[in-house]
Amino acid sequence: MPEIRITQPQTQPEAASIPPQAPDAATAQEHSQIRRFLLARGNSAIADRIFRALMVLCALSIFAIVILIAYELVSQAQLAWAQSGFKFFYTAFVDPYTHQPVYWDPVNGNFSAIPFIYGTLVSSFLSLLFAVPLAVGVAIFLTEMCPGFLRGPLAFLTELLAAIPSIIYGLWAVFVLVPLMRQYANPALVKVFGWTGLFSGDNPTGDGYFTSGIILAVMVLPIISSLTREVMTAVPHSQREAVLALGATRWEMIRMGVLRNARIGIVGGVILGLGRALGETMAVTMVIGNTPEVHKSLLSNGASMASVIANEFAEATSDLHRSALVEIALALFAVTIVVNAIAQVLVWAVTRGAPAQAR
Amino acid sequence: MSTSKLELRSRLRTVTDHTVTVLAVLATILVIVPLAVIFAELIYKGASSLDLNFFTKVPAPEGETGGGMANAIVGSGVLLALASIIGIPIGIGSGIFLAEFGRGTKLANAIRFTADVLNGVPSIVMGVTAYALIVVPHVSFLPFLGHFSALSGGVALGIMMIPTVCRTTEEMLLMVPNAVREAALGLGVPNWRSVLSITVRTASPGIITGCMLAFARVAGETAPLLFTALGNQFWSTSLNEPIAALPLQIYVYANSPYEDQQRMAWAGALVLIVLIVLAVSLVRFVTSRGVLKGAS
Repeated sequence: MPEIRITQPQTQPEAASIPPQAPDAATAQEHSQIRRFLLARGNSAIADRIFRALMVLCALSIFAIVILIAYELVSQAQLAWAQSGFKFFYTAFVDPYTHQPVYWDPVNGNFSAIPFIYGTLVSSFLSLLFAVPLAVGVAIFLTEMCPGFLRGPLAFLTELLAAIPSIIYGLWAVFVLVPLMRQYANPALVKVFGWTGLFSGDNPTGDGYFTSGIILAVMVLPIISSLTREVMTAVPHSQREAVLALGATRWEMIRMGVLRNARIGIVGGVILGLGRALGETMAVTMVIGNTPEVHKSLLSNGASMASVIANEFAEATSDLHRSALVEIALALFAVTIVVNAIAQVLVWAVTRGAPAQAR
Repeated sequence: MSTSKLELRSRLRTVTDHTVTVLAVLATILVIVPLAVIFAELIYKGASSLDLNFFTKVPAPEGETGGGMANAIVGSGVLLALASIIGIPIGIGSGIFLAEFGRGTKLANAIRFTADVLNGVPSIVMGVTAYALIVVPHVSFLPFLGHFSALSGGVALGIMMIPTVCRTTEEMLLMVPNAVREAALGLGVPNWRSVLSITVRTASPGIITGCMLAFARVAGETAPLLFTALGNQFWSTSLNEPIAALPLQIYVYANSPYEDQQRMAWAGALVLIVLIVLAVSLVRFVTSRGVLKGAS
């Protein structure tokens, strides 16, 4: 009896969402033939052609923008590239007296992207570490467990989380999160995990990789969870019913019937979240501490690729300095393009056949 | 023996099931909490510092109390108007192409893919591009190039609007039933008029909310303005000069040591979030209530 009660509300939304889409897709061929016939009769061929050309132009401008971004970044990064080439990304100038690496020295013109790449990677992966389990949990709750009257408002709230601008997250982090980290979280982390060497208490500010990881997690969470939700609703209900009919519990149904089918799309959502985390600027800039150094401790101050651009670009001291910053932007652009392209392909592979969901 | 094993197994499965349920509920609560905290903080700190001065005065000199963000609000308005002029027509145009002309073609798929990828390009990269495009070049007969200006900020924001507008326009146009298009064509209406006055008009509530969504998203952007619009402590509405913007001002005041300026940052954030929540709720309302369905 409970099985029936569970499956019925689940099948209803599917039944409701398919009809408007299905006949459209099935008769598209027929429709287009009628349209072609009618279009051929028209006597405004020139106006139509002009209109069509205008729309094509608009659409092509999207290509043009991407190419323009790439071109401008490459041309502005020439100067830094000419100085150090690819070494910019993996070597640093070593001070001959102290034998310490000097990563970022605008005064003497020594530039290396290492601390920024490191900071970006560390904060992004920390954020995924926090966000992915939570996001998948939220998606599971919203698609499989949530009572109907809560689903709409909760989905709306997670969407709202995505719409808050990063400057407001940054503001909140500076005035609320950082003091909390400074007073309570960081000392506790040092006490419990200090032996790993990843948490050392020598940074009294409350800023750092860990804090930026947390604020990034809050920011990428809605993206990952909404995509996961989309992918999970795209899994056909027959899959769920088949697993339930074999006597599975709800969790087994979710694990075998839903997650296994949706895993590629979930990975796509995670990668999309990664893309957002890599490029996130303002919130990270406000809490990472902005020191161009590499530290093993997650509680240390650092800098990310986006934060160094945000901080130094307007006040760059030399053309070389500015060019080095553009080169970092170019690297960021290339990485996010690749990451986003992979994510799009993965998400598309799963949701391709599914009905479009109203968001 | 075997039955007790089975029983144990079954109990274990039930326990796992309940554990997962609890975990999922906990995760949801953990996600909602920061949202609630941020909103409570914003409303508490923002509302207590909002006053009439905030909307009517320019920022007070460093260290003095009082003043407002009138210039930043107007500046944001100028930048957003500029961005909309650039972003909305191109976005709608490409959306029309995707939905009306390019359905199923390789070109349309490639453009859709590129738009999605462009959507993910970090905003700071847009800022660097606008900087390289407008702030760097010195051309004697083009006086708007070669310096920080409202124009460069508007261009950066405008480019960022295009993918969102394009994709929502496409989605909304796809919702319009084919019968509507065929009815128009059957009456001898030329295709361009059928698209503009029938299809686009039918979908216009959705398209407008799509534009609002892009607008709201761009309204909170700070990174692309840092070295294009640059910010300004004084009144300026000129496109040729650095201009103040709400998010920029919040950024500057958030890093300020003065309590009064921090108070202003919270007030600014509240104004910004009210604008954005309104836009998002409107989008939600239109897409869920199916305003479009009435048209079919």
